[in-house]
Amino acid sequence: MSALLEIRDVSKTFGGVQAVTRLSLDVEPGAILSVIGPNGAGKTTLLNMISGFYHPDGGRIALEGEDITRVSPSHVARRGVARTFQNIALFKGMTVLDNLMLGRHVRMRSGVLASFVYWRLAQKEEVAHRKRVEDIIDFLRITHLRRVPTGALPYGLQKRVELGRALSLDPKILLLDEPMGGCNHEEKEDMARFILDVNEEWGATVILIEHDMGVVMDISDRVVVLDMGQKIAEGTPDEVRGDSDVIKAYLGESKAPGNGGVRG
Amino acid sequence: MIHRECGVLKTTYEADMALYPLPIARWAVGGFAVLFFLVLPFSVHEYYLSIVNLVSISIVGALGLNILVGYTGQISIGHGAFMSVGAYTAANFAVRLGLPWPVNLLLGGLMAALVGAVVGVPSLRIKGLYLAIATLAGQLIIEWTINHVTFISGGVQASIQVPRPELFGVPIASQRQMYFLLLAFVVVALVGTMNLVRSRIGRAFIAIRDHDIAAEIIGINIFRYKLLAFAISSFYAGVTGVLYTYYLGIANYEQFQIVTSIDYLAMIIIGGLGSVLGSIFGAIFVTLLPILIRYAMEGFGGLVFSQGAVLNIIPNLRLILFGGLIIFFLVVEPEGLNRLWRNIRNYFRLWPFAY
Repeated sequence: MSALLEIRDVSKTFGGVQAVTRLSLDVEPGAILSVIGPNGAGKTTLLNMISGFYHPDGGRIALEGEDITRVSPSHVARRGVARTFQNIALFKGMTVLDNLMLGRHVRMRSGVLASFVYWRLAQKEEVAHRKRVEDIIDFLRITHLRRVPTGALPYGLQKRVELGRALSLDPKILLLDEPMGGCNHEEKEDMARFILDVNEEWGATVILIEHDMGVVMDISDRVVVLDMGQKIAEGTPDEVRGDSDVIKAYLGESKAPGNGGVRG
Repeated sequence: MIHRECGVLKTTYEADMALYPLPIARWAVGGFAVLFFLVLPFSVHEYYLSIVNLVSISIVGALGLNILVGYTGQISIGHGAFMSVGAYTAANFAVRLGLPWPVNLLLGGLMAALVGAVVGVPSLRIKGLYLAIATLAGQLIIEWTINHVTFISGGVQASIQVPRPELFGVPIASQRQMYFLLLAFVVVALVGTMNLVRSRIGRAFIAIRDHDIAAEIIGINIFRYKLLAFAISSFYAGVTGVLYTYYLGIANYEQFQIVTSIDYLAMIIIGGLGSVLGSIFGAIFVTLLPILIRYAMEGFGGLVFSQGAVLNIIPNLRLILFGGLIIFFLVVEPEGLNRLWRNIRNYFRLWPFAY
């Protein structure tokens, strides 16, 4: 029971499509784990099963030894699993600040009456959590954007705010679905740095789906490769890089597997 | 500068999160308080106060509906019925058990909240127009039930007379006394709503409106919060119904039919969805417009038509003008009167400079 997240033999089918087949995975606390694989390999389905959007057809998912296989997304979040989406899912009409304060939702307690009265009741809590949110705003270097509606932000910054919203949940596990998809080099570098810092300074375990192999190989402690819903390799970046099954999955049959073959 | 953010430096989060950070806004609120508490009630005739009272009641109801429709993004065509639930609950408790009005008011609100939450259950699975139809069904069922179950409606007339409310032993009989009572409720509802939508619960409502999947992923229990929005909104509606009952002195289901539901929807759409100020604008607009049109007709109608014809024309033309003006305002500013006001405000925020 040393693993923070334990995934045992989970499967998921959509109609006739076998999205994930008997997948097992252990995530150690404090790790940065990357999940890679070709399109349709089942990466996002895996994330959706962890965060409770899909319930697996079979198998078991446990967080800190507790079964969360059939728990609803809001309860999974309450247990400390935060995530970002491939296609940004911010509250576009709300300011950066409000988006991050919403991330604090599960850590706050104020009910209807306290909110209604506000003074001396909800206010105290709002201020306390605002402080935490301000820390995150500082950390992500978006202090000048506090009052800007997120819909008005450029793409790269929206990705950053979405990370911020996930962070304000104080997550034990951070699920990032292509945090660098569609970003330019500079934004990718920033994002990679944030992910490393979050992992090191705040001790959040990170599960990452990413297509940029350069980034994946640089920042991951472990890499899991999925293809056609099955795990075909797992190991350190170097081990995975040289794995012949991986190269086959990405490039098809190859007579001369080379080091650079995984790139792209 | 009292009317610009520039130069307003805040050193605490409390100050940053204040309802009115700008000095001019605080002064304006103070000015309105003086106007409504000291000037207005002692300077106008009781008849006009009775109209203001109608507006006050509408404001409470519109605020409640706006929490549900404007902030949470769920629709309800059943609010007229929720008001009647509040009205008949209070009236029955008042007449059968002789309870004092504050207790009746609370019970009416709570009963409406309960019924509203039940009618809101379909919102967990359906959205938009489908939900509108489901709540419409709720409206019709409640209307029918109140009308036909004599235990609730108090007999064939389906109306129950309520005793005059009393405050500290003084019966509230005149419109002026009623004015102060209703004003207190408006203030509580206003401040409460503003507080609600800027703190945890309200933010969760807005999150559900903007992106329900994202709301769920950050830990908002959609099931619970949608029902909560229905309950809170219906509580306001119930209170509105009770206030209206005490205002009229009688609980009558005819005051709470589908037309009422639609009137309140019109208020928040014209005023501005998802806006506290918009609810006020809308309530004023929809309540006063028919009255103003009647005055205008009575005053100027005689110039064109004979006096007898005017009396025939007024009810019809009132409806036509009412509908026409609503369409006109929505075409001019689809986001409502609140948007119009914000445009003006933003213009003067920089004035006399262009940017």
